[in-house]
Amino acid sequence: MTRSYKLEARTSRKSKPLVLIFSGYGLNTEDETKIAFEMAGASADIVHINDIIARPAILKQVQIVVFPGGFSYGDDTGSGKAYANRVKQHLGEALEKFLARDTLAIGICNGFQIITNAGILPGALIANDSARYICRWVDLEVEGNSPWLSGIKTISIPIAHGEGKYYAPKETLAKLASKNAIALRYIKGETSKHFCLPANPNGSLLNIAGITGYNGRVLGLMPHPERAVRFTQLPHWTYLREAYLRQGKTLPPEGPGLQIFRNAVNYLL
Amino acid sequence: MPKRITVRTTIEDARANGYLKTLKSIFPTLRIEGVSVTDAYTIDAQITGKDCEIIAKQLTNPLVEEYSTESVLAPESYAYSIEIGYHPGVTDNIGNTAKQTAEDCLGRKFKEGEAVYSARFIFLTGELNLQEMESVARELHNPLIESVNILSEADAKEHGHPIIAKRVSLGKRAPRASEIDLSVDDAELEKIGKEGIKNPVGTPRGPLSLNLRTMKTISAHFRKLGRNPTDVELESLAQTWSEHCKHTIFADPLDEVKEGIYRRYIKGATEEIRRKKAKKPIRGKISNGPGDFCVSVFTDNSGAIAFDEKYLVTHKVETHNSPSALDPFGGSVTAIVGVNRDTLGFGLGAKPIANVYGFCVAPPAGGPNDATPLYRDAAKKQPLLPARRILEGVVRGINAGGNQSGIPTALGFVAVDPSYRGKPLVYGGTVGLIPRKLGSKKLYEKKARHGDYIVMVGGRVGVDGIHGATFSSESLSGGSPATAVQIGDPITQKKLSDAIVREARDLGLYSSITDDGAGGLSGSVGEMAKESGGCDVDLGKVPLKYPGLAPWQIWLSESQERMTLAVPKKNWTALKKIFARHDVEAANIGTFTNTGRCVVRYESKKVMDIEMSFLHNGRPIEIQTSKKVVHTYREPPTAVRNSNLREALLQILARPNIGSISFISEQYDHEVQGTSVTKPLQGKGRVNADSAVLQPLPDSTRGIVLSHGYCPWYSQINTYAMAAAAIDTAIRNAVCAGASRDYLAILDNFCWSSSNTPERLYELKESARACFDYATAYGTPFISGKDSMFNDFRGYTEKSDNIHISAIPTLLISAIGVIADATMAMTIDFKQPGDSIYLVGETNDELGASEYFSMLGDSAGSTVPVVDAKKNAKAYDALSKAIQNNIAASAIGVGRGGLAVALAKSAVAGQLGAEINLKNLPGNAKRNDSILFSESQGRILVSVRPEAKGAFEKLYQGRTLVEIGKVTGERVSIELPKTRVEASVSELKSAYRSFFKNW
Repeated sequence: MTRSYKLEARTSRKSKPLVLIFSGYGLNTEDETKIAFEMAGASADIVHINDIIARPAILKQVQIVVFPGGFSYGDDTGSGKAYANRVKQHLGEALEKFLARDTLAIGICNGFQIITNAGILPGALIANDSARYICRWVDLEVEGNSPWLSGIKTISIPIAHGEGKYYAPKETLAKLASKNAIALRYIKGETSKHFCLPANPNGSLLNIAGITGYNGRVLGLMPHPERAVRFTQLPHWTYLREAYLRQGKTLPPEGPGLQIFRNAVNYLL
Repeated sequence: MPKRITVRTTIEDARANGYLKTLKSIFPTLRIEGVSVTDAYTIDAQITGKDCEIIAKQLTNPLVEEYSTESVLAPESYAYSIEIGYHPGVTDNIGNTAKQTAEDCLGRKFKEGEAVYSARFIFLTGELNLQEMESVARELHNPLIESVNILSEADAKEHGHPIIAKRVSLGKRAPRASEIDLSVDDAELEKIGKEGIKNPVGTPRGPLSLNLRTMKTISAHFRKLGRNPTDVELESLAQTWSEHCKHTIFADPLDEVKEGIYRRYIKGATEEIRRKKAKKPIRGKISNGPGDFCVSVFTDNSGAIAFDEKYLVTHKVETHNSPSALDPFGGSVTAIVGVNRDTLGFGLGAKPIANVYGFCVAPPAGGPNDATPLYRDAAKKQPLLPARRILEGVVRGINAGGNQSGIPTALGFVAVDPSYRGKPLVYGGTVGLIPRKLGSKKLYEKKARHGDYIVMVGGRVGVDGIHGATFSSESLSGGSPATAVQIGDPITQKKLSDAIVREARDLGLYSSITDDGAGGLSGSVGEMAKESGGCDVDLGKVPLKYPGLAPWQIWLSESQERMTLAVPKKNWTALKKIFARHDVEAANIGTFTNTGRCVVRYESKKVMDIEMSFLHNGRPIEIQTSKKVVHTYREPPTAVRNSNLREALLQILARPNIGSISFISEQYDHEVQGTSVTKPLQGKGRVNADSAVLQPLPDSTRGIVLSHGYCPWYSQINTYAMAAAAIDTAIRNAVCAGASRDYLAILDNFCWSSSNTPERLYELKESARACFDYATAYGTPFISGKDSMFNDFRGYTEKSDNIHISAIPTLLISAIGVIADATMAMTIDFKQPGDSIYLVGETNDELGASEYFSMLGDSAGSTVPVVDAKKNAKAYDALSKAIQNNIAASAIGVGRGGLAVALAKSAVAGQLGAEINLKNLPGNAKRNDSILFSESQGRILVSVRPEAKGAFEKLYQGRTLVEIGKVTGERVSIELPKTRVEASVSELKSAYRSFFKNW
């Protein structure tokens, strides 16, 4: 388990990009996000937001900032809102400076909700059309040219959220489209066909699952790539295993989500 | 004067649409046209109008919401508004978050007593009247924890919506401890024990649940000391000696079982198995490790087994039944976050890595009148919630508790029986992971030392949950205390958990830890004081939610999200800093001592001073006697047994005990932490599995297998058979997922009723005996367990007649195993056409208390399944080998509903058909319906690819195995001795998914 004070000791290692993962107040996917970045060759640290507020200079030392998934403040008063307020009040300026450099940032699920509420990315994530939390796999089509997504055309990864419907006024949507900032859309792909599920799980406008800002350097997305880094995390891997077995093939070790983390590392190397 | 901010969405509102849909389904005749929702935050603090604007802006996302600080945002016109808010003192998580947001943006902390209270306005349009609104309001709120205010548009326009701050007022009387006179006659003594200590106004505080004999022991003890006990002492003894905490029924002698059934049958089984296993190392599992994988059993908050050389895996399953009957949502949130703390409180703190659940409810038909109205009180003012409301509430509770905590919900079930109408059973379990060592220190051992500070961390203390432990040792009635219900706050607990597991534990800052569960501080401090040999507590140092609590209330309160640590003096400052950084309160409330006494002070006065030995061992032992009871039911006559078996199959799949609960599985996050290997819903057709496999560490393919087994219905006939089948089922389900018997442990959760009657004790003893017989036969040790002995309801019918409902004796067995390679995990779905389908085990005429007989509704029958552990063990071992060697393509345990249901599940899961011949099955089932629906134990349905058939059959040489057919395309067709049953996979799927389809 990681402690914050390790961070400074590591900054000397230039070879690996340094990743700062926010934690605290109910964020909860820090560990698997750290694992995914480390599998991809980065050096990642989980730091409590209060420690970052105490020493915002940490942001000067890292190349990637992550707002991971979770349930900050229990989604009370609206998902991501209270955490975003804390970020804005205390770290607004420091984050602006961070983003002004050639850095990367990602907001996953609750992290996406946080960075939209904090005004880093446009739009809002509102209650799913079903008005219920949903956990399943989705298939995504990649658009635009974010460094996070280079080389990926389609990808299947899981979602788990109650407020994941992407909403933005028409003008914002048009602007996003014109700036190539719509990054991921829900499509009827491998897993939704396999399990006979609708492509768009939450009613997102224009089937948007993720968008980018800052020329693609900031990615916000509802699905969780960090939960799709191993083959055995796939929802139908035992089905696929039978096919591999009968064809005399060995099982692939990796899941599709890992490429997103690799892309980030490659961009910074 | 408090200020109010209201916020509403400016775009289409899925929440409002959800309300509309629900209300239309519950009240189909109601002329309701629209619903809109406005959230309200009442700020009870000294703030200016400008501050209020600033806060309102922070609570509003301008893209999709608007706010008002002037009036309640309402639609242009509406019929009625219903305002729903919490009663004073009830945990208000939304209010707390709003308060923190306000503090953040104002840059100052709120003062003591200042708070934000949340509420929700629901506006309804349409031609509606007040009476209808009252019915609607009843569906939308729980009067135990929430209050409603219904206003017509005209009223609201004339007088406005009143602003009420839900401040707690506990009266002006200065709280202090009082002396309780026990020099009274037996009748009075008995009354105090049953009804509780009287408040100054003469009303009882709530049950102590102490019988006359115990009261006399206490009275004699204090007579010897030459004084009366204080209320703190008496309440504390009642908590510590309660059935809930001491498990008196399992602990005390029962008939010839002098050491008690727990020591002989449960712990006894584990000891015997461990003795045998210690002699037999498991090869290649843990290198050079012992065959005995148990590491910490029955002594700590969870049971722990070895995971690998570096880690232990823990498991604990709890129930939270009585509170869930009163407040299903709050009860089940508390069930799950409570059992999470049994993980955090294992050793020096294990990380929760998976949750499991089980809901036992009465048939939830839906609609407002889905069950006969029943009342807790004679005046019929306190109705029991309908089964559907209870199920919806408990489902939402684990949704909130599990999802918000970031712990995957890996597995769960719903079981239905009319006897759960009085009290539902709500099971919550948590699996944890903990490193064996930190340096040279064992993390799975702990000991509070003389001189260590007693440190309470987490939430604050209020009157919530007082008498929880003694309450659950009683049946549910009109006198059940409303304060017995707590609502968990998963986020406070998550912060607490992060501070402990991410930081404080690995810095070695404390020497012992336990959770504040039943009995609150009295339980946790009392237990930990055993380690050091005493304690000295100052209740004045305990942080309170609001003033006015009496010392006994502070000592006993079960306010949630708290844990108690033993902290060496030199570490206190460092520990306090860590908790502060995580925004978690930590309070030093006293010292652990070695004086042999439990001393509690309040305002510099001793309010409790009892010898530790009396507190923990002074309880008089009860000699319990059982009386044999035999239940017989006739066999349902041939005339009522189905002639149309195709219809019977479709019908049975549509029953809530069998059908899909995907509406639950899909709303519980099972992917968080990234450890999920096999999912709650398996195969293309997404069928609920009875097992789950996890891979907890990223750099090791080692896996954890979880499964459950429960067959409460057999208790109607024979509780020995019920327990045997539950154990067999749990093991079978685990083996089907890839586990093997030599690395499998089990947990017991008994939910009984009227457990002080000789007949129920007999049934209990029989089931405990089965636990010993089958655990030892299978070599699967018990590592942890819990019991809830009074799942009774005593109340009134619509006609004011007395009614007593006892939940059917229910034993949940949870299995946990470790496998070397998670990539060998197995799922239940047929994989490819052309694969052979085999049935392992014998199919006997064992339809007693089966789902099929229950569906016929005539009589339970008598031939309950008998488990042959010796035969089954070999058959299970063969399957473990087949799975570990990639020989099997799918495996499913044959359980409730019998072979036909297992077949349908594998087919629907794989979205593949099957051509089956059941004309010559091993076993004595000869009738067509017996063959299809008998629930004979020990059976497994396996599919095998053609090339692997030889290897599979070889593994089963000398065991009962029969090839019954092949996987095909779109239809399932079953050849029986005298008929043929056929259905398409899509028909089976529709039936399987029908019951909870619109939930």
